[in-house]
Amino acid sequence: MPEKQIVLKNCQMINPRDINTYLARHDFKALAKAQVMEPDEIINEVKASGLRGRGGAGFPCGSKWEAARNTPGDEKYLVGNADEGEVGTFKDRYIIENDPFTFIEGITIAAYAIGAKQSYIYLRSEYHRLRNLLENAISQAKDKGFLKHVKIDIREGAGAYICGEETALMDSIEGKRGEPRYRPPFPTTKGLWGNPTVINNVETLMNIPNIILNGAQQFRQIGTERSKGTKVFSVSGDVAKPGVYELVLGSKLRELVIDLAGAETVKMVQIGGAMGRIVSSTMLDTSLSFETILGAGGVIVYNESRDTIDIVLRTMEFLNKESCGKCSPCREGTEAMVKILQKFAGGRGTPKDTGLLEELSSTMMLASLCGLGQAAPFPVIDSLQYFRHDYESRIK
Amino acid sequence: MTKIKTQTISPQNENILIRLKRVESQFGYIPEESITEVAQSLDLPVSEIYGVATFYSFLATKPLGRNVIWVCQNLPCHLKHAEITIDNLERTLGIKPGETTSDNKFSLELTNCIGACDYAPAMLINRDLHGNLTPNKISQILKLYK
Repeated sequence: MPEKQIVLKNCQMINPRDINTYLARHDFKALAKAQVMEPDEIINEVKASGLRGRGGAGFPCGSKWEAARNTPGDEKYLVGNADEGEVGTFKDRYIIENDPFTFIEGITIAAYAIGAKQSYIYLRSEYHRLRNLLENAISQAKDKGFLKHVKIDIREGAGAYICGEETALMDSIEGKRGEPRYRPPFPTTKGLWGNPTVINNVETLMNIPNIILNGAQQFRQIGTERSKGTKVFSVSGDVAKPGVYELVLGSKLRELVIDLAGAETVKMVQIGGAMGRIVSSTMLDTSLSFETILGAGGVIVYNESRDTIDIVLRTMEFLNKESCGKCSPCREGTEAMVKILQKFAGGRGTPKDTGLLEELSSTMMLASLCGLGQAAPFPVIDSLQYFRHDYESRIK
Repeated sequence: MTKIKTQTISPQNENILIRLKRVESQFGYIPEESITEVAQSLDLPVSEIYGVATFYSFLATKPLGRNVIWVCQNLPCHLKHAEITIDNLERTLGIKPGETTSDNKFSLELTNCIGACDYAPAMLINRDLHGNLTPNKISQILKLYK
């Protein structure tokens, strides 16, 4: 079976409002073990595990920690990124709803390893209702004496997709417009208020207690060569059982959308949300890993009755709306793509328009400032590759 | 007095966004005068404060109703007929997205993914989540708000 519960093992097993139910199973043992280790030992263990960021970019977690640890400075920050805004993604919501304690334990270990006395959970405003649950979990952990070395505060967004991007997120915590920063300098050297900062996705931090407790070698036993461990997916769209599933990395798309989520008559699958990739039904044997396709784990399934142009147009409208406007390739590119896609939607496309979409795509991928603009052309490129006839049939 | 102020206000705990949220929770939106006030007290240009106020979709620079309905319009909800939800709300409330009912009870807004795709079609009212929406359910839900 491709399903394996590592990140989600406590979900539905504990009461997320009562730390004692968590302690009965784990007792913050991973933090206790971490605190008798040297920070460098912890970082080496996380590096050895091969854990990569679960928010979509897949950056090696241990290397990120090491970079922040090695940057001189007394003031360092750890941020848990709970700004889950990618279309079709709701796994971090599910994690926080069901097991805020492993998340908090992960934060405490990460903060100890990099030398941060202050940490933040950046919670998207759409999840405001989870704030009380998180605050309750933090205060219970504090009362039990687990937060002596680090303070955890919640910072809430105010409705902006781009703030999931880590440099935009930092500007938002600083109270500014959440616009991406130029890199370098990277957050690990110059992050929040100019200090070394590590930003990790919720699910990344959920993996930390297990790695510390059971060791890197055990963590590495499952997965593929460059994708170790499991991944939590959220599946929605044309499926019988939408929801959250945890699979061993390298599992096949078919196992997720057909076997588990119960999809029938699949036309296409969008993996990784609006900035993700589109695959056709002939590609259901694609494996889900950093080497192939993954994103943050949002998977939207479309059945044969769905219209390709409608899907791509709606995706582009979303990206156009959420483009922060700082760089012109993204701001103008997404706008131009929406206009061209509208022509196809109305059956008024011209042969020149597909070429124009391709030309715009390469410019945006090359010249955009952040991941949004660089990835925005993916739905267009992929649909032109696998469903070109759907465009051609709309040429007047 | 000034000394105490500088000690308690750190950039970690006091910034434009935090200030604007406080203004919004006081007035229900961010009035122009408050933008000027925040600018003066933080010694920043008005344009910078205005830039932040208009950047975030959950900050309102015009008055809204007592309850704000945010209907998700993205693909997972669209596939589950979000347009029926939107149409139903428009007819029940007699307003279009971006408008407020004359009794000031509800504002209707369209929003991007609220991370409730497993409950599609879904909406937030203020910050409460309502999912698996049907016309019947919507009329029941609306009764919960005063």
